[in-house]
Amino acid sequence: MARTILDKLKRGLFMTHTEFLEKVGETFRRTGPVEPVYLDQLEEALIAADTGVELALRLVDELRSRVRSGKIQTAEELRPAVREQLLGLLQETGAGPDTRPGGPPRITLLVGVNGTGKTTTAAKLAKRKKEAGKSVLLAAADTFRAAAVDQLKVWADRIGVPVIHQHEGADPAAVVFDAIAAARARGIDEVLVDTAGRLHTHANLMKELEKVRKVAGREVPGAPHEVLLVLDATTGSNGIEQAERFGATAGVDGVVLTKLDGTAKGGVVLAIADRLKLPVRWVGVGEAVDDLLPFSAGEFVDALLETAG
Amino acid sequence: MLEGLQDRLGRVMKTLRGEGHLTEYHLDTALREIRLALLEADVNVEVVRDFTERVRERALGKEVLTSVTPAQMVAKIVHEELVRLLGGETTELSFKGRPAVVMLVGLQGSGKTTTAAKMARWIRDRKGLFPLLVPADTSRPAAREQLLVLGKQANIPTVDTRDMDDPEAIARRGLREASIKGYQVLIFDTAGRLHVDDELMGQLLRLKEILKPQHILFVADAMTGQDAVRSARAFHEKLDVSGVILTKLDGDARGGAALSVREVVGRPIVFAGVGERIDALEQFHPDRMAGRILGMGDVLTLVEKAQEVVDEKKARRLEAKLKKNKFDLEDLRDQLRSVRKMGPLQQVMEMIPGMSGAMPGGGVAEGQERQLRRMEAIICSMTPKERRHPQILNGSRKKRIARGSGTSVEEVNRLLRQFGQMRKLMKRLGKADPRSLKRQLGIRQSGR
Ligand SMILES: Nc1nc2c(ncn2[C@@H]2O[C@H](COP(=O)(O)OP(=O)(O)OP(=O)(O)O)[C@@H](O)[C@H]2O)c(=O)[nH]1
Ligand SMILES: Nc1nc2c(ncn2[C@@H]2O[C@H](COP(=O)(O)OP(=O)(O)OP(=O)(O)O)[C@@H](O)[C@H]2O)c(=O)[nH]1
Ligand SMILES: [Mg+2]
Ligand SMILES: [Mg+2]
Repeated sequence: MARTILDKLKRGLFMTHTEFLEKVGETFRRTGPVEPVYLDQLEEALIAADTGVELALRLVDELRSRVRSGKIQTAEELRPAVREQLLGLLQETGAGPDTRPGGPPRITLLVGVNGTGKTTTAAKLAKRKKEAGKSVLLAAADTFRAAAVDQLKVWADRIGVPVIHQHEGADPAAVVFDAIAAARARGIDEVLVDTAGRLHTHANLMKELEKVRKVAGREVPGAPHEVLLVLDATTGSNGIEQAERFGATAGVDGVVLTKLDGTAKGGVVLAIADRLKLPVRWVGVGEAVDDLLPFSAGEFVDALLETAG
Repeated sequence: MLEGLQDRLGRVMKTLRGEGHLTEYHLDTALREIRLALLEADVNVEVVRDFTERVRERALGKEVLTSVTPAQMVAKIVHEELVRLLGGETTELSFKGRPAVVMLVGLQGSGKTTTAAKMARWIRDRKGLFPLLVPADTSRPAAREQLLVLGKQANIPTVDTRDMDDPEAIARRGLREASIKGYQVLIFDTAGRLHVDDELMGQLLRLKEILKPQHILFVADAMTGQDAVRSARAFHEKLDVSGVILTKLDGDARGGAALSVREVVGRPIVFAGVGERIDALEQFHPDRMAGRILGMGDVLTLVEKAQEVVDEKKARRLEAKLKKNKFDLEDLRDQLRSVRKMGPLQQVMEMIPGMSGAMPGGGVAEGQERQLRRMEAIICSMTPKERRHPQILNGSRKKRIARGSGTSVEEVNRLLRQFGQMRKLMKRLGKADPRSLKRQLGIRQSGR
């Protein structure tokens, strides 16, 4: 891999190295017996990475009791212990790209709240799949947001894949229906459906996703084969609610963590993995079409701990 | 939604209640809980640390230690500090200059383009000024088309810059057009960018030099977590941001980012984005936001919205009734009816005291619309007298109403219970000294 998540994250750290991060970093550089304050600092470091309060407290409590029982004796052991905890959470979900076959056409839905990167990710995925030798079709099922269709069309042109769209305000499920029909007629392997951003609290908009799902399933047995929640790495604890609600109505079975090229750590995926066992499949590390990387739990955790300490 | 902070503070205050005076030990317990509550609401760890420190200092002052009601005093301090941190007073933007230039900046996808159009509409309709929209995002696919479409929807003149590829040239052209045609406000939409992107941050600085904006507004997503501090600080250090706009507040994010951003930027939050529609923009009210974070209904915003949708006289009557606690079932029905006109239901429900929690599934459950219509049907099946004096509703009246509305006695009872809760809450709000948190937190006088 030319660029790793770690490189990207290190850049972010370099630009915004604060006193705070330095102080937290001390936790991992310490030697000698574990002082209670180290664990407090570790707890703050995890919270500062957006893992959520609940998870951070639980993980650190676990460490605390290991220290108490003598299983952890020196500060040097803290870092590997945390690493193992976090890695365990992520690996349990079977993180990484979804390789399950489906179709043809294999249908992937991209869903999420507003502005997280669904359309861009659809384009990035289309390019990857195309390069892997698949024929791909994009479905412009965001019929609501101004110029959303234009945006996807520009991407489709750049990548050289067809895009199916209708007029503004059209029924997204009808667009998906059309896209599947077109894919069948042209013998296309994969259909990637870009949906409108919506807040999970808007029940009527969530219903719309249910309908899209239903239509896909009716047209192609087993579809949608993959439903990706596109999650912005800067998201705080609300990401857990997003995963829960989109999980319940849209049947999300994987996460794309975008904008990891900034300074956000994206720790909310740890809470999501913990609570919902949802795997992270891809990470977005830029606005360009090649800025998508398969998620690697090891790299992610190292990057998180590296920048936290 | 938002209950975390309220529940926690409520619990803390309950444990403190009944203490004759506050010891440092009690204060530590309270502060620990306050800290966790704020962290759970996504307030940045650094900001939380400063916040609890300030609360501690003030609480340790003799005003609290010698007070006979220390719990209330702590609550009051927390609330005051929260409002203060959010900026104290509502800031009303003014627009001076020919044209007055507003530059919108922020991370990718935060809501700049949408907000540009919303603001233009707001400036025209509320300020009576002529705004010009200038799309200058030359990097994201179809970003300028997006603003052109929005401008058209809102009927706001928008410069078609699609044939240009240099934001600086666009800035100069925008200024020229505005001054030739006499537009009073120029709203400049920039491409989203990361605060760590030196090149693009430098570009913003050059645009600032050309545009000499009266306002540089940092557009931030209310769902942002801990990173809010880092991005806001970087944008502010580079550009000397003059204000903040918080978007996507129509969701259930606790909005701790509001506190974080406000604290590092030190400039007012001027607008709140509360939906995708072009009219979903509100002025930001720090005291209401504090109330919202603490989980109270937002009576004032509701009344304000009602004024826009319903006719003004009715709304004023409602406000008066809310204040005097004369709100009856007839008013509730009116409200239910206008609710559908007001936009996203859940958002409106949250503004009605007692309703956010009263709705099934915590206020965001499926089928809310239907539920509302059933509630309306129940009220419609009552006689005017019953609506005004629900206490006369006995068993047989309830049965009749249930039959008439195609619901059940159980549902009628539920509606009455909810109505009762609303009234109780309104009564408390109506009487509450706005500076005091104690009623809002449901703390009763401990008989002393
Ligand atoms: N830095 C960075 N920016 C990204 C990434 N992914 C997407 N973006 C940017 O984020 C912004 C929003 O991306 P979109 O793809 O339009 O997001 P969306 O989820 O489709 O948005 P809506 O359809 O409006 O809900 C754009 O400016 C993208 O260029 C990423 O991984 N890193
Ligand atoms: N629910 C809700 N959605 C909003 C709000 N403001 C903006 N959005 C949505 O958020 C998404 C991103 O908004 P944009 O205006 O495109 O954001 P931007 O900052 O211009 O994005 P880039 O130019 O790509 O950086 C769109 O789907 C908008 O409809 C809001 O207050 N509430
Ligand atoms: Mg999109
Ligand atoms: Mg934009």
